[in-house]
Amino acid sequence: MRIPVDPSDWLILIPEFILLGTAIAILMIDAFAKAASDRSSPWISLAGTAGAIVAAVFLWGNPLSGFGGMIVNDDFGVLVSTAILTGTALAVLISVDYVRREELPAGEYYALILLSTIGMLLMVSSANLIMIFLSLEVLSIALYVLTGFARMRPRSQEAGMKYFLLGSFSAAILVYGVALIYGATGTVDLQSIADELISPGVLGNPVLLAGAGLVLVGLGFKVAAVPFQMWTPDVYEGAPSTVAAFMSIGSKAAAFAALVRVLIFAMGGLRPEWLAAVWVIAALTMTVGNLVAIAQDNIKRMLAYSSIAHAGYILVAVAAANRLGLQSIPFYLIAYAFMNLGAWAVVTAVTRKGEEAVGLSDYSGLFWSHPVLAGSMGLFMFALAGIPPTAGFTAKIYVFMAAVAADMIGLLIIAIVTTIISAYFYLRVTVIMFMERPAEPPVVTVPTPLAVAIAVAAAGTIWLFLFPGVTQSFTDTVARLL
Amino acid sequence: MPPVTWYLYVSAALFCIGLFGMMTRRNAIALLMSIELMLNAANINLVAFSGYLTEHTLVGQVFALFVITIAAAEAAVGLAIVINVYRTVQHINADEINIMKW
Amino acid sequence: MASDYTWVLIFLLVGVGFAVVSLLASWAVRPYDPGGQKRRTYECGEMPKGSAWVQLRPGYYIYMLVFVIFDVEVLFIFPWALALRNMKSAGLGALAIADMVIFVGVLAIGLVYAWKKGVLRWE
Repeated sequence: MRIPVDPSDWLILIPEFILLGTAIAILMIDAFAKAASDRSSPWISLAGTAGAIVAAVFLWGNPLSGFGGMIVNDDFGVLVSTAILTGTALAVLISVDYVRREELPAGEYYALILLSTIGMLLMVSSANLIMIFLSLEVLSIALYVLTGFARMRPRSQEAGMKYFLLGSFSAAILVYGVALIYGATGTVDLQSIADELISPGVLGNPVLLAGAGLVLVGLGFKVAAVPFQMWTPDVYEGAPSTVAAFMSIGSKAAAFAALVRVLIFAMGGLRPEWLAAVWVIAALTMTVGNLVAIAQDNIKRMLAYSSIAHAGYILVAVAAANRLGLQSIPFYLIAYAFMNLGAWAVVTAVTRKGEEAVGLSDYSGLFWSHPVLAGSMGLFMFALAGIPPTAGFTAKIYVFMAAVAADMIGLLIIAIVTTIISAYFYLRVTVIMFMERPAEPPVVTVPTPLAVAIAVAAAGTIWLFLFPGVTQSFTDTVARLL
Repeated sequence: MPPVTWYLYVSAALFCIGLFGMMTRRNAIALLMSIELMLNAANINLVAFSGYLTEHTLVGQVFALFVITIAAAEAAVGLAIVINVYRTVQHINADEINIMKW
Repeated sequence: MASDYTWVLIFLLVGVGFAVVSLLASWAVRPYDPGGQKRRTYECGEMPKGSAWVQLRPGYYIYMLVFVIFDVEVLFIFPWALALRNMKSAGLGALAIADMVIFVGVLAIGLVYAWKKGVLRWE
């Protein structure tokens, strides 16, 4: 009997093991020395995340596959993992003072953040439908708890319950789809599925199509694509701001990586079938996300709809399923990690204890009391709207180029029109901050870790615009996977 | 042995019952039970396919074990969340837990 | 031919028949006297007291949740034990043991955490 396991397989999982060790260390310190844990756990988790980034980068350029092909560590995976780990590191930084202010149990908070990150990293490197489902659950279960983490705040409780019910509902749909795909192709290995799809008997199998559709729905929930987005605004509004920031990057990036692996790598042969569905979902997601965002007065809900809209743009690249599309997805995710976490960092700074002051009016005249903070928020809003000189502009250009290369002119036009519409609500925030001049502009405190996070996010947002080539060589190797 | 389609009918029926429950039930615990039904429908599929596929692998059965564990973990976390909500509002009627609206 | 199933059929008929006949017989001979003691909850001879709708200790739920988690993890130990022989013959016995040590170790750490947080205290 051949056993497809080798001790060296464990090397692939070094980033995950570093995070696991860190999470366990934090939990143990929390259990045995509560006071020390409150002070030290953010820094321990930051160190662990940094270690995981280093380990992930070491795996770069050296595609490995292990555990019988269940886990692959290709360049696509490393890039998306970098986006996720960047998001985690920044989210930890903005949490340092937030957790203290909201009196959340620190040890459990950071341990759950790290455990969820492990799920995200595993999902990115899953080459097997079982792994995709398992890692999806690992990341989601930790996020359900984190969403309801402010246990005494009814909005957080409600968000936790809604996220849990809809999240596990979508996971159940996903696993049913996986079961159908397994029945149709006889395998859950993505590479073997791709090999099976060559035979015409498998291609036209309705069981396979149903399975693929259900998997698309399940992952659509996770990336918050319309019409599976209904949980997003409530969850982002109710969850602690730092958790919303964390999951807007991590769970979206992980789910997109899985979507790319399933739709493009495994089911590329089925593209004529799924293209129409992804096309419609992408168009709806961009339109609904951007249009409904205009009507929001709550900045957290606005960012939630913005996050839905951005999922739509990435879906355009998925639908294109060409070299450019595959290059633009990791770039978009990394750029999005910087600009979106920056925006959430400013939101975290402006909110007061108990998640008060989340209305757009609370930003009125922010420039006159905190010019640097308002300036960075303006930069992040520009980036999210896709206005140069920001990474958001470059990322959108890449996606548009991918759409052109795939001859998807209709989708391209929708993408451009919705981008122009989106400028309205992003710039409205800027106008409120800079043009209005109330008698008493809001006074907020910006603790040092939060300031560092904002600075890093701003630097990243501009840096990726000035030197998109930094990731260009990376993304080139990604495209070779096609 | 009965043909594999019989198992598929059972599991499809179970899945649809779960789906129907998700749409019509209001009690959070009933919703949780509907989700469990859907997961178990997938389990039936996995085990049935595992037995009928020409190359006899245990993939489907092992997958079913994983799904069972995940379902337990999900139920534990879900119950904890629901209990927490109950302590505040004294009911778990999902329709009425809506401070936030879209 | 279907002799195996004939036995099943006989068994079913006898079973159903027994239930129907005994229910009918008791319906025919019993006196009719509803109410009183009959409405009481049957508690193995104990007199029921108070309402069943009392608040259970919250610790009870947490205890139960922890139990559910650890109970289900056994699922993975059975297949592992079955695969152990194959792993050993493939010269990977040490790896298999190491895998399970990691698995149980992580679980044990979870248990230690629950214990230190006072979940297991039944006061």
